Amino acid sequence: MQRYILTRLFYAFISLMLLSVTIFVMIRITGDPVVLMADPGAKEEDLQALRKELGLDRTYVEQYVIFITKLARGDFGKSFMYRIPVFELYMQRLPASIQLAGAAMAISIILGIPLGIFAAVRVNTWLDSFCNVFGNLGLATPSFWLGIMLMLVFAVNLQWLPVQGSGTLKHIIMPAVALGLVFTAANMRLARSAMLEVLGSEYIKLARIKGLTEGLVILKHAFKNAIIPVLTFACINFALIMNGSVVVESIFAWPGIGRLLYEGISSRDFPVVQATVILGGVMIIFVNLLVDLLYAYIDPRIRYGQ
Amino acid sequence: MDSSPVVSAGDAFGAYASVPPFWRRVATKMLGGPMISLGILGGLVFVAVFADFLAPYPYNGTSRYTPEVGELRNKYLPPMWQARGKPQFILGTDQQGRDILTRLIYGSRISLKVAVAAVLVSGVIGTALGILSGYIGGWVDMVVMRLTDSWLALPPVTFAILLAAVVKPNEWNIVVILGVVYWTRYARVLRGEVLSLKERDYVRLAIVAGCSRLRIMWTHIMPNIANSAVVLATLQLGVVVIAEATLSFLGVGVPSPQPAWGVMLNDGRAGLMTGSWWLSVFPGLCIVLVVLAASALGDWFRVWSDPQLRQL
Amino acid sequence: MAQPLLEVKQLQTYFFSAQGTRVVKAVDGVSFTLNEGETLGVVGESGSGKTVTSMSLLRLLPPAARIVGGEIWFQGENLVTKSEREMRQLRGSQLTMILQDPMMSLNPLFTIGEQIAEPLRIHRHMRGARLRERIKELLRGVRIPSPEVRLREYPHQMSGGMRQRIVGAIGISCEPKLLIADEPTTSLDVTIQAQYLNLLKDIQQRSRLAMIFITHNIGIVAKMCDNVGVMYAGKLVERAPVRTIFNQPAHPYTEALLHAVPKLTDRSKRLWSIEGQPPDLTNPPTGCPFNPRCPQAEDRCRREVPPEFQVGENHYTRCWLWEGR
Repeated sequence: MQRYILTRLFYAFISLMLLSVTIFVMIRITGDPVVLMADPGAKEEDLQALRKELGLDRTYVEQYVIFITKLARGDFGKSFMYRIPVFELYMQRLPASIQLAGAAMAISIILGIPLGIFAAVRVNTWLDSFCNVFGNLGLATPSFWLGIMLMLVFAVNLQWLPVQGSGTLKHIIMPAVALGLVFTAANMRLARSAMLEVLGSEYIKLARIKGLTEGLVILKHAFKNAIIPVLTFACINFALIMNGSVVVESIFAWPGIGRLLYEGISSRDFPVVQATVILGGVMIIFVNLLVDLLYAYIDPRIRYGQ
Repeated sequence: MDSSPVVSAGDAFGAYASVPPFWRRVATKMLGGPMISLGILGGLVFVAVFADFLAPYPYNGTSRYTPEVGELRNKYLPPMWQARGKPQFILGTDQQGRDILTRLIYGSRISLKVAVAAVLVSGVIGTALGILSGYIGGWVDMVVMRLTDSWLALPPVTFAILLAAVVKPNEWNIVVILGVVYWTRYARVLRGEVLSLKERDYVRLAIVAGCSRLRIMWTHIMPNIANSAVVLATLQLGVVVIAEATLSFLGVGVPSPQPAWGVMLNDGRAGLMTGSWWLSVFPGLCIVLVVLAASALGDWFRVWSDPQLRQL
Repeated sequence: MAQPLLEVKQLQTYFFSAQGTRVVKAVDGVSFTLNEGETLGVVGESGSGKTVTSMSLLRLLPPAARIVGGEIWFQGENLVTKSEREMRQLRGSQLTMILQDPMMSLNPLFTIGEQIAEPLRIHRHMRGARLRERIKELLRGVRIPSPEVRLREYPHQMSGGMRQRIVGAIGISCEPKLLIADEPTTSLDVTIQAQYLNLLKDIQQRSRLAMIFITHNIGIVAKMCDNVGVMYAGKLVERAPVRTIFNQPAHPYTEALLHAVPKLTDRSKRLWSIEGQPPDLTNPPTGCPFNPRCPQAEDRCRREVPPEFQVGENHYTRCWLWEGR
């Protein structure tokens, strides 16, 4: 298990490095870093100072080192709009996004996984077909459109739920559903196929040969084996949900990092945009690492493996 | 016993229904297959190509309205079957008085162009890298794989937003950006295939015969993975359509006033409060339809091209 | 004479395609008898219906398959008419099975102890210390050293031979009357095979266990079985005591099978194989299924399916050549 953990840590580290390099290169290729990072109203001296600070007069390698050390210290620059360090701003907004993502993930797991398992157990029946259709629809519907539709029906027409904002349970329902639907469909699909694969395996056959009741076969043997890839996927999704919440958060005026990104874009506040992307990437790498470690704990093949 | 090769199911122990009649089997085959998806996608292509002839108010100056220009006195008209609706504006108008149907039709052109081009770009990059990585192996492989892993770590939509925020928004920039963001899936999967192909005899023979690596990759490896690459591409089509719509919705994709569906959805937000649902519902429906069709086609194609998955 | 333990009469198991349009007659009119303590070997090529027959006995068929005819008399009761609940009580306790690949048959996420415990808990209602003792006893019975340690280990921590022995232990845990072994040694090393077979024979002698041994390896049949059944295209084309099968095979297919086994004393340069391919069961040949490949096929063989004819004591075959002898 030691080796597994160390390898995973190593990969995570390399991914982080590559992430930073990628962003670094992309910015340099597609635009002028100074223009992007500088306040719109900056004067020439400010621009010069910024140039020195970013090290644009030095070699690329040195620039990268500067870039990376700044990132490591949490210095992502200052937001033009809010005039505070972007990192601080990000951290302020993060909890709200975590809340929303958590709700969306909860919905996707609670709805998606049981449906998928049912569909697999009752394969080729009408329930399965229904789940299939639902899965396809769910994956094809853009979350923001769903959000708008929900808003139209429940907030504008029926007036059951508040249109925007945050704070109460009523506020979180629509954005969570809008955000979570895609992942519900994805989880359902994965649960179904994982379960089907497990149900076709030899040890399930043996479990039946032993005379176990169907319920035991499914819940004890099949479920435990199928749930591993499914839960892994569902957890990785968390970071994806967080990062994909840009649009939903802006539609529902949810004060999270997605909305922050949107604000950053509309007001051309580049430091904010860059930081959100980088931190988003960091989060995914981090979550993947956690999931890998969790895997190591659950799957005895890795825990006690050779 | 009996000597007929195939027993009609009615003879067997009782529980099975009789063989469905010919017409029913034909219908199942047609609906079950890719027909509907192909129909929808074909319709999309048709509409996109012949937009100028199909749209009520095309670009070519035959009317005083175009997809991008309308008159404010016509703003927020509902679809024609509703109370205030007018027959000149079948699906209603938006906040600038532009005809929704016309915009939808021209929007299909944009979506199609961008999606297909982006899939091509990402497919080419991904396939090339996948082949190189899988075939040459060694440190090339390691570098490409680590690059893929970390690229995958970047959330695609957010990354695309970042890139789009940096460059000027226009169609072709979006194509490049989407292409650059989505190549990783191809590289990963195809590399795996290349790895197994490498061990095949005809590849080894080619090496022994002295073919250059480039030649082997081009003439032997590539045609064999082309199948999987195409499957991946069709599956990615839906993803890319949504990505483009998202970018346009946020204002960093296809620029307004061009009638991309994502842009229309964004415009539609303003109308929500007044209950002008048609600005949002129709573009969204189009997106959903196209993505559904593309995914269904991709799925079908995947099953069709893999003999193992096909049912007897 | 005592009632036979198992009597299968004209068993028919067919597979139906999704629309019900195509039928595969995987098992078509198979009959045989098995007494307590006896071993029946079932031999045949892949696709001959051996496994489907065994799964039919256990009534564990995939949804596409159904038993459409015949009877399975086990300990005086017809298994075909039993409810699922009743079958579940039998499975694992009276009637068990060992599968081919031990790595695949053991659930990787549960300890060995847990997997052996399951049938004991369900059928014998054992708990706690008594359960643990029984598990250790079983492990010792299949010659696995230090059972207390092994109890807590996982399948991937053991060698292939050990895993197969554990599968065997699970099989005999509730002292069944009939054990079906479906190619149990195919995935083992040759050296381990012999050990395993000896173990099985040992267990059988200790407990008067009846076994059905499914294999395509004639050598194993010779060593382990009292009677042999040869299957081809879903039909049992010959059944006889083991000596008789080897010395006086009646059916041309059996002869061919025996001929195909290379012998150490054989000096010929080429390996002999039966010409042709096993039939496509979705479109089987008319008449006797072996006729396209049979060197002695006659006109009648191509037209009519032969019924069973008796050749000698306990020796039956489905071949027109033996009509009226």
